Amino acid sequence: MQETTIDKSFKTEPYQINMGPQHPATHGVLRLVLTIDGEIIKKVEPDLGYIHRSIEKMCERDSYQQIVHLTDRMDYLSSHINNEAVCLTVENALELEIPERVKYVRTIIGELTRIASHCLWWGVMGMDVGALTTYFYGFRDRELINDIFEETCGARLTMNYNVPGGLMFDIHTNFVKRIKDFIAHFKTKLPEYDRLLTGNVIFQKRTKGVGILTKEDAISFGATGPVGRASGFSCDVRKHHPYSALDKVTFNEALKTEGDTFARYQVRIQEMWESLSIVEQLIDNIPEGDFRVATKAVIKLPKGEFYQKVETARGELGVYVISTGAKSPYRLKFRSPGFSNLSLLNHIAVGGKIGDLVASMATLDLVIPDIDR
Amino acid sequence: MNISLSITKNIHDWLFSIMPESVASIVEMVLIGLLYLVIFAILGLFLVLLERRIAAWFQLRIGPNRVGFQGLLQTMADALKLLSKELTGTTKADKFLYNLAPYFVIVSSLMALAVIPFTKEFHAFDINIGIFFLIAISSIGVIGILLGGWASNNKFALIGAMRSGVQTISYELSVALSLLTMIIITGSLQLSEIIEIQKNGWLIVQGHIPAIIAFMIFMISGTAESNRAPFDMVEAESELGAGFHTEYSGMKFAYFFLAEFINMFIIAAIAATVFFGGWLSPFGITESIPWLGVFWFLGKTFVLVFLMMWFRWTFPRLRVDQLLTLEWKYLLPINLVNIVIMALIVWLNLTIQF
Repeated sequence: MQETTIDKSFKTEPYQINMGPQHPATHGVLRLVLTIDGEIIKKVEPDLGYIHRSIEKMCERDSYQQIVHLTDRMDYLSSHINNEAVCLTVENALELEIPERVKYVRTIIGELTRIASHCLWWGVMGMDVGALTTYFYGFRDRELINDIFEETCGARLTMNYNVPGGLMFDIHTNFVKRIKDFIAHFKTKLPEYDRLLTGNVIFQKRTKGVGILTKEDAISFGATGPVGRASGFSCDVRKHHPYSALDKVTFNEALKTEGDTFARYQVRIQEMWESLSIVEQLIDNIPEGDFRVATKAVIKLPKGEFYQKVETARGELGVYVISTGAKSPYRLKFRSPGFSNLSLLNHIAVGGKIGDLVASMATLDLVIPDIDR
Repeated sequence: MNISLSITKNIHDWLFSIMPESVASIVEMVLIGLLYLVIFAILGLFLVLLERRIAAWFQLRIGPNRVGFQGLLQTMADALKLLSKELTGTTKADKFLYNLAPYFVIVSSLMALAVIPFTKEFHAFDINIGIFFLIAISSIGVIGILLGGWASNNKFALIGAMRSGVQTISYELSVALSLLTMIIITGSLQLSEIIEIQKNGWLIVQGHIPAIIAFMIFMISGTAESNRAPFDMVEAESELGAGFHTEYSGMKFAYFFLAEFINMFIIAAIAATVFFGGWLSPFGITESIPWLGVFWFLGKTFVLVFLMMWFRWTFPRLRVDQLLTLEWKYLLPINLVNIVIMALIVWLNLTIQF
């Protein structure tokens, strides 16, 4: 009797805390239910649904031109690439011949979107590990890209520049010049990122060997994008299934084998260099021609199933359409990279500290509206 | 004759001429207390503004520059806003401890401020155990943080408070030991005497290598002691929201906030006093004008404050276990060896004296 009471008084037990839906590290309305023992994480349960807008269901109601606009609101940091995915699906289904000019412009803007997204990620990554200054450095360069977008298509974030059949309007006359200026500018600024954060001893201590994901796990969790590539899983859609003008450029797929937080960080930094080189190869050779091919006012896809995948800044985005020949799809499913990448959070965070969870979550680069469609 | 001394002497004589001695000394104490409260508030508000402007400078921004000349009244306006805000709290909080916590924090930094020698005459409380008093009183602040985190009845606040306890207790050792290294040279804990000794050269010069090591350890552990980045485990915005003061609002939050900045000032002031000669001018160039000592003291202190801000806006945050590793595996052993080296240097008369 006496023994049990003594035993009870010295027992510790894990407890649960809610990280989110309003929390600085979850970057949106993601709720993580953490089971922790002191500082050590025992379990991470993501709880979704706080920003669900039933985009997939809305797609069943809308015409194909309208669906393009909905995809902006999924992964808002690669909105142009999302739009491109839907447009490519429709164009492939209709077997439209797209002008070369459109392909070039789409790829250039897509790669610039990737750089802008990674700039924002880099700033936020620094902020998550406690270096607040990085945020403003990342935003400084992202702002220039957004200015180029604004001049060309009128929007900075939710661009809606793509339409099935081409682009909404032709590029601005300053487009080429401003992008060239940006490339020259960014080539001097990207090494600054390394000087400020990559080489920092504290940063390396915080990220190396933290949140390790093996190649096997990456494949079985469906991790794509920089997360998969940091684990040695070659999954770049741009390389394996090139779309638009990506078959006309040479670039290296950023691959690392360590699979830790620092590897994911390095992959993204390297991707910025690669994207820069892709833009550089295309920007001088934009062919003359139409910026759009005529489509019917009401697009009706032939009966059947269509799938198209593209590489967004976060990984592989798949668009799966089942059409019955009507003006809107019978069923449309997005395979979003964020959802798969979130699913492995529990796997890589368990056993680490709260600080490790935040650091690994930062390199998963989650955009919550992409997870909760 | 010194201006500040003559003013205080006149007030002192006048007070003693119009009322009995015991009443006059009480009135004097209250006046000095009020003076220090004013200094506290002004310093706190100025440091917050300075931090914001310096952060803006590091971050390619402009910072607050609208309210008053170059934003000088910005923090004043913020403080007024905080004063007028409703004091919210959790219903299940331990009300007594919850309300008590901010006072612990602010009283400890206010008391520490009293021992700081601004200049020869501007030194409210020159006791013979000055350094010891500073170390002792600054550790009271952690009780406030622990109480605040515990009484808020919030798990994030609790984690923040526990981290703070671990961190402050660990780093207090390094703060004390690095100051102890310097006390081997001075042979006195009294701050005014420590400064007198430095007329033959600042202690960082007198004690050369071990003094420089002690200074670096003091700055690192002082930053940790005042819970600032890269050691801001306690707040760790991206991990714990706001840490121990998550549930505080209005003026109670402002107390924590001001105390943090005053603590930073105190750490820098101690470093300036112990290592860089406090209010002494370099090579005694302004010795004939004693009141200039205030500017020398504040100048040295603000250079060190700037250094601490520089850390904060450049480095990422350490993880909690790395924080403890740094203290117990590196700083503490280095410090202990450093004390022995310093003792040898003093024993063998190897200090550099001008």
